[in-house]
Amino acid sequence: MTAADIFRHLKKALAAAVWLAFLTLPIMVIRVDTVEKTVTWRWMHLAYMAAGSFVLALVWNIMLERRDRGQADKDQDGGEGASALARRLADPRLARPLMAFGLLAAAAFPWFFSMYQTNILVSAMIYVVLGLGLNITVGLAGLLDLGYVAFYAVGAYAYALLNYHFHLGFWTVLPLGGILGAFFGLLLGFPVLRLRGDYLAIVTLGFGQIIRLVLENWGEFSFGPSGIANISRPGLFGIPYSVEQATTYIYYIMLGLVLLTIFVTARLKDSRIGRAWLALREDEIACQAMGIDNTRAKLLAFALGATFASLMGVVFAAKTTFINPASFTFMESAMILAIVVLGGMGSVLGVILGALLLMLLPEYMRAFSEYRMLIFGATMVVIMVFRPQGLVRAKRKVYKINVETAG
Amino acid sequence: MAQNQTNQNPEPAVLSVRNVGMSFGGLRALSEVDLDVRPGEVVALIGPNGAGKTTFFNCITGIYTPTEGQVTARPRDGRERRINGMRTNLVCELGMARTFQNIRLFPSMTALENVMIGRHCRTRTGVLGAVLRGAGTRREEQEVVDKSYELLGTVGLKTMANEYARNLPYGAQRRLEIARALATEPFLLLLDEPAAGMNPQETLELKDMVLRIRTQFAVSVLLIEHDMKMVMSLSDRIYVMEYGRVISTGTPKEVSEDPQVIRAYLGEESDA
Repeated sequence: MTAADIFRHLKKALAAAVWLAFLTLPIMVIRVDTVEKTVTWRWMHLAYMAAGSFVLALVWNIMLERRDRGQADKDQDGGEGASALARRLADPRLARPLMAFGLLAAAAFPWFFSMYQTNILVSAMIYVVLGLGLNITVGLAGLLDLGYVAFYAVGAYAYALLNYHFHLGFWTVLPLGGILGAFFGLLLGFPVLRLRGDYLAIVTLGFGQIIRLVLENWGEFSFGPSGIANISRPGLFGIPYSVEQATTYIYYIMLGLVLLTIFVTARLKDSRIGRAWLALREDEIACQAMGIDNTRAKLLAFALGATFASLMGVVFAAKTTFINPASFTFMESAMILAIVVLGGMGSVLGVILGALLLMLLPEYMRAFSEYRMLIFGATMVVIMVFRPQGLVRAKRKVYKINVETAG
Repeated sequence: MAQNQTNQNPEPAVLSVRNVGMSFGGLRALSEVDLDVRPGEVVALIGPNGAGKTTFFNCITGIYTPTEGQVTARPRDGRERRINGMRTNLVCELGMARTFQNIRLFPSMTALENVMIGRHCRTRTGVLGAVLRGAGTRREEQEVVDKSYELLGTVGLKTMANEYARNLPYGAQRRLEIARALATEPFLLLLDEPAAGMNPQETLELKDMVLRIRTQFAVSVLLIEHDMKMVMSLSDRIYVMEYGRVISTGTPKEVSEDPQVIRAYLGEESDA
């Protein structure tokens, strides 16, 4: 960076600081006490304001410029220049031991940390699966679904009601919940086949609200806003266990489900089906003109995404033993969507990181509880400005070609 | 000469269009269009801008349903089928693959994957197969990769197989679209202005490529094109459209001498 650049940045930041100080003058500096009838001029506040905004503006501008320069460099070498870190991570010699270590750490976690920590991680893992499920619909097939939480609710209420009325156990309802979720996915899929983008988002948003409102108002069916309590925890061959042990048990169930979901979604992504979804996302008309049945691809994406959400609903109900409609608001859908977008649409690793970040960050920021949501929001803005493609950019598979046949 | 050839050709047309019309509300985009493509023929569809050429393509590929008339196709199995109103993906599965006037590739997929999409309707792996990835799936997948790579070679894009489609040069994108269409194993290739935006050298290469593809894959070709030099040297027969009607048809020589065509292209002589 040359002296001229530094001078330019300083000048810009100074201008921003002066302008902001001027704008906030009435609220930050002047204080009118109507009882004492005095006016205090707090000039120090002006100095804080100016100094703070000067530093922030300086950092922001320099970062933005660095980002733009980085992008220009990337465009020159084909637009896909992966960072050195990402490339090193993709190397199987490093990735394999890393994955093994991660798995081991995850398996050992409940033995070294408290029940509180384990519980947090179970919640985070539920969101990992929800994120990966939504990633199929939004990230791969490009169908913006704002009512995803409805399927989560379907699973949770399926388990709660079947358990309440028929005393069905967790392991029986888990597959049933999955099937029910797929069914509801198709139910949503059919009417929205012709819709795309904004229109689709609005209809799915409505669908999510319908499910929540039905659960809230159809008292005879769902017990209304008071919810359903005393849902059974998962059975363990009839062996009784304590609440603490239950947390550990559910932790391992979730770990298994997370691994299963990663396995399934990663394999689907690079398969014939996954490619069809991508083509659908990229260009619907070309996709159909190349012989792909759009209807089937869309319904499949909706149904599969919904299946994972519904499975998680069952686990959620079993974990908390109490559910009510308040757990399934639009805020949840938005959160899951944020996980997918922030993590990197279409990238399995990205969605996992996104889920862990968005779920664990607020949990561990309870120390600054007052500023928690502020920091959370600022983090999201910063990530989206500097990494609009998400934490991990989805990479396409590089295919090996059989030299003999392809010659 | 080409005329004689087609007259003696006893084989029935692979695509025959009879009396097709298309109206959008009050707007009459096509009327009474008759067109035939015989096996192995390169047929060109020309005409001024807005004559209805692309609308015609959309009518025969199922993107629009023609409001009148008959479109019948005779795929490789020899069974004639009526295809107006058939769903686009089924038309493609039947064996009529097209390219687009304004390139419609899948930009954030690699060149190879773009071609692999074309193989979709010729392969069968479902969700379960994709997840379990058994021997059958792996074999099918490798076959798709190999065949697609071969097709990239046909259009001269082997070295760019793992490049993202959006990063390919313009001419390469046009050729990639053709490779993608070929991957669906068509009997009829529909090219919508394949030479648009190409320089004369590229156009010449494209012409040779189309002729090569016709022999190598035994396909018929129906193309829309504005580049007259290319059309005249490439096609066996030409249909000229104006205002949604076919105003002239015949060999390149016949068409270029037809006073009606000259009038459509150069405007009418004013009263002398």
